[in-house]
Amino acid sequence: MTYPIEQIRADFPILNEKIRNKPLVYLDNAASCQKPQAVIDSMVKLYSHDYANVHRGVHTLSVRSTDQMESARHKIKTFINAASDKEIIFVRGATEAVNLIAQTYGRANIHAGDEIIITAMEHHSNIVPWQMLCEQTGAILKVAPMNLAGELLMDEFEQLLSTKTKFVAVVHTSNALGTLNPVEKIIKLPHAKNIPVMLDGAQAIPHTAVDVQKLDCDFYVFSGHKLYGPSGVGVLYGKQALLEAMPPYQGGGDMIRTVSFEKSTYAGLPYKFEAGTPAIAEIIGLGAAVDYLNTIGMQAIADHEASLLAYATQQAQQIDGLKIIGEAKEKGAILSFTLGRIHPHDIGTMLDSLGIAIRAGHHCAMPVMEFYQVPATARASFAMYNTKAEIDVLISGIQNLIEMFG
Amino acid sequence: MFEDLRELYQEVIFDHNRNPRNFHVMENADRQVDGFNPLCGDKLTLFLKLDGDIITDASFQGNGCAISTASVSLMTDIIKGKTQAQAEELFTVFHEMTTGKEEHINLEAVGKLAVLAGVREFPARVKCATLAWHTLDAALKNQQQAVSTE
Ligand SMILES: Cc1ncc(COP(=O)(O)O)c(C=O)c1O
Repeated sequence: MTYPIEQIRADFPILNEKIRNKPLVYLDNAASCQKPQAVIDSMVKLYSHDYANVHRGVHTLSVRSTDQMESARHKIKTFINAASDKEIIFVRGATEAVNLIAQTYGRANIHAGDEIIITAMEHHSNIVPWQMLCEQTGAILKVAPMNLAGELLMDEFEQLLSTKTKFVAVVHTSNALGTLNPVEKIIKLPHAKNIPVMLDGAQAIPHTAVDVQKLDCDFYVFSGHKLYGPSGVGVLYGKQALLEAMPPYQGGGDMIRTVSFEKSTYAGLPYKFEAGTPAIAEIIGLGAAVDYLNTIGMQAIADHEASLLAYATQQAQQIDGLKIIGEAKEKGAILSFTLGRIHPHDIGTMLDSLGIAIRAGHHCAMPVMEFYQVPATARASFAMYNTKAEIDVLISGIQNLIEMFG
Repeated sequence: MFEDLRELYQEVIFDHNRNPRNFHVMENADRQVDGFNPLCGDKLTLFLKLDGDIITDASFQGNGCAISTASVSLMTDIIKGKTQAQAEELFTVFHEMTTGKEEHINLEAVGKLAVLAGVREFPARVKCATLAWHTLDAALKNQQQAVSTE
């Protein structure tokens, strides 16, 4: 079957937008993806017909909202092949999920002198929560290095694993470089030593089929807004036994079984970790995004994006003075680059004037910028709705701006 | 191709970006302050030499985009020989010009800095132009801490 690109583009209303009188070429998908009409409609329908608070009312609307929210949880469970709906915890995003793990699992199990391993290519959201935990507990953060291509050095990673290692947290696909890490191996090595592993899947899950049981990761985190869903919702997947044993994160309504002034008891999974009114409409919107993705198929999306990346890389390599940052053999659909003396911010503004949205900056990965000795990079990141024709617009824009800069 | 950008990227800006003025470390500077734009990671260090109230010399180091490089290059040129109060006044006028608070640019007051007026149409880039001036402000107030545009 050929990839239904025309139909997909028609499903995303924002792609009709004109930016500075030019057709939008949206290549900032690693920062956030655009939303299909089905997602927008699901939220409009909820607010127009079915909305009330969840888990509290006996009235019809509360039941409708609760059912739709729980049905979204089930869709996500199926999407990542978790063993149970109880393993799907709704949070605000990948950032909150990492913080939750650090402050619950981490505080309970990681102590002074213990070591936590991350990699040199992490997003700030998989660095800072661990640094905070280390400050609180006296644990030590160890960073597994990478090579110049942006590939994790597996031997060095393996050597870091010791009896002191109590946790491994690794990015599945790097947002700054595009590197798709060999996660099966990254999980197996620590598991042989009984060390739990968390994957930051924020950039991987929109572009690859993820099966958490097959991976056997202990935790998997991602954000809804990068998966064509609304902002304000994300998912923490954790193995049930681990989640059961963890203390709660925040206290409040919905996460309790009984409350008295002497002592409260906590609700079971997943509610133990979902204090307060959740992002009801956003969760339901994320469920609609998953439904939409299933109609296209993650493998078809992955193949389409792989061909876009290959084409963009090949075109970019023809441009004199363009340096690709991140040349791992296995990559997600991310093309980070620099243009010598032309600063990424100028590249960003110039491409914007042509209707092209890219990201210019440090991509919340300052250590990565430091590693490559650049203040920032320009980054084009591709999604299911992008086309080779859009890459041609990007490439010609880059060639022209180089000329203008002189 | 880049018609919309002519106002922002004037030839003078490219020129200062290619050949920044006063681009060197200053030995025995009286003031030295780091400026930082956390949004893009741009960093610069500003050096001043003072004789009483007069700024007798100014230079900078660091790297940034064309707008921020041109801005600090122009600034270090224009403040030489000015009193501290005159420099602060220029900062105020420059700030109004770039944030669009002042409709009519007083060309006499801003002089060569007028080439940066175009940033007012690009809110995402205003901080690139003003980083140099915030750093100068801190230097004149003799703050030792690094300046951030946040
Ligand atoms: C690899 C990676 N991890 C985590 C995050 C954080 O996601 P959020 O800001 O949605 O919490 C991002 C987002 O940029 C990311 O790219």
